[in-house]
Amino acid sequence: MKLYEIAHCRTGDKGNTITLSVIPYEKSDYEFLKERLTADVVKQHLKEIVEGEVKRFEVENIQALQFVCSQALATGVTTSLTLDTHGKSLSFALLELEIG
Amino acid sequence: MIRIGSGAGFAGDRIEPAEILVEHANLDYLVLECLAERTIALAQKRKKQDAHSGYDVLLEKRMRSLIPKISGKKVRIITNMGAANPIAGANKIIEIAKELNITVKVAAVTGDDVLTKISPDDLAWETEKPLIEHGQIVSANAYIGVDALLDALKSDAQIIIAGRIADPSLFLAPMIHEFNWAIDDYDLLAKGTVIGHLLECAGQLTGGYFADPGKKDIKDMANLGFPFADILADGSATFSKVERTGGQITLRTAKEQLLYEVVDPNAYITPDVIADFTSVKLEEIYEGLIKVDGAVGLPMPQKLKVSIGYEAGYIGEGEISYAGPNATARASLAGDIIQERIGHLFGEFQVDLIGVNACHRKSFRESDPYEVRLRIAGKAKSMAEAAIIGEEVEALYTNGPAGGGGARKVVNEVIGVVSTFIDRDQVRSQTEVKEYVANETL
Repeated sequence: MKLYEIAHCRTGDKGNTITLSVIPYEKSDYEFLKERLTADVVKQHLKEIVEGEVKRFEVENIQALQFVCSQALATGVTTSLTLDTHGKSLSFALLELEIG
Repeated sequence: MIRIGSGAGFAGDRIEPAEILVEHANLDYLVLECLAERTIALAQKRKKQDAHSGYDVLLEKRMRSLIPKISGKKVRIITNMGAANPIAGANKIIEIAKELNITVKVAAVTGDDVLTKISPDDLAWETEKPLIEHGQIVSANAYIGVDALLDALKSDAQIIIAGRIADPSLFLAPMIHEFNWAIDDYDLLAKGTVIGHLLECAGQLTGGYFADPGKKDIKDMANLGFPFADILADGSATFSKVERTGGQITLRTAKEQLLYEVVDPNAYITPDVIADFTSVKLEEIYEGLIKVDGAVGLPMPQKLKVSIGYEAGYIGEGEISYAGPNATARASLAGDIIQERIGHLFGEFQVDLIGVNACHRKSFRESDPYEVRLRIAGKAKSMAEAAIIGEEVEALYTNGPAGGGGARKVVNEVIGVVSTFIDRDQVRSQTEVKEYVANETL
């Protein structure tokens, strides 16, 4: 099963850091994601994209996980050579993850 | 209660959602957030060439449409469209009012430009290297907060135009002004900051940047309505949009926007407060109406963040498409040819296959696209060097693999952005009010 099937995600950018929110469609999947979708799992999945560390925040009040990925935009929004300089499309890279 | 609408979420945003808000939402305030880090550096460069420019490039278009619509209404506009030159922006607004013969009073808020107050030897926060090592500095703008806007709000100006005000502060300032919130009541400031944060990207709260057909459907996106909030003196608010506009506000859109660009949900730092988003409560009162409450806050940081723009050379790009049988292999061959011919000339050089690996820098699963677009990008010191990339890609028409079509080339100047910090007491904001009074005899 792909993460895409049970959660939605939005990318934000700050300099060379991206944020990835992961929000389960069903509240009941939040605990499952908390257990499975660790910072390490996300870092491993996005290793060709995120050069820095991945930090995870558990945002219990809205049953969401927030991943903050440093050095993820190949030098940053304004200077990157990549097509998607903001990393706007990277939410769907994370949703490709096989979550079991 | 006050009602604040969000009429633009970035410099290039649609024009008509703000018009619809002004005409049908009975707003007290309309905020137009139009300034990104790179935008202000580019505006500084325009100002350097012409002292009467340096404000947002769409200011004239937005104001020409909005001035007649706000005339005679209570709604006040707050915007950062002043960019590098709020005074020139205010002058432009007066010029438009004169042309339309409509009475308008504008307050220009300045003080964010700190170029003369920073040293080239100051360290960049991101790289810990002196600023000057990044490139020629073209702009230094401090993120200033609500205090800069409060004087302007006390005047009776209907339009307030500023430069680098922190985005949520554009929304928080009118709340403080209307409800007389204490500037050190950090829980209220945090609640207001959350409201501002949810509104600041406009359509991103109402289904924009959200829709995914079959999974997260949003109706009538061609006519996406922008959000407004009804805010109470206790800092709670409900969010909705004008009836019969497209889009939808749901718990899902609100959750995505609450976390958008938040690098620490426990500590969202603005010039006004450090807000804790993990205490925010979101509730759907009924379909299309979301209630937000509960944020708590801590005192604002002692130093202000400064966004530094520097000259970072030029990016040249070239693209060409291949389609049908063996398209990926032909596009790959074309990329190899360019790499061999000019790859060594560029310190930073990139070959992408759009349709295969451009957005995510790889493909997470096997695919065999029907058509593939080769994209080459490279960074150079001069425009002429950067242009070589597009020229070489274009030359693939007659020298490259079979069936290459639709070549395009472009060169863009690059403004890099890094941050540093400045003491609050070094930054002083000023307000200047300008007015045009309609000529009754016209």
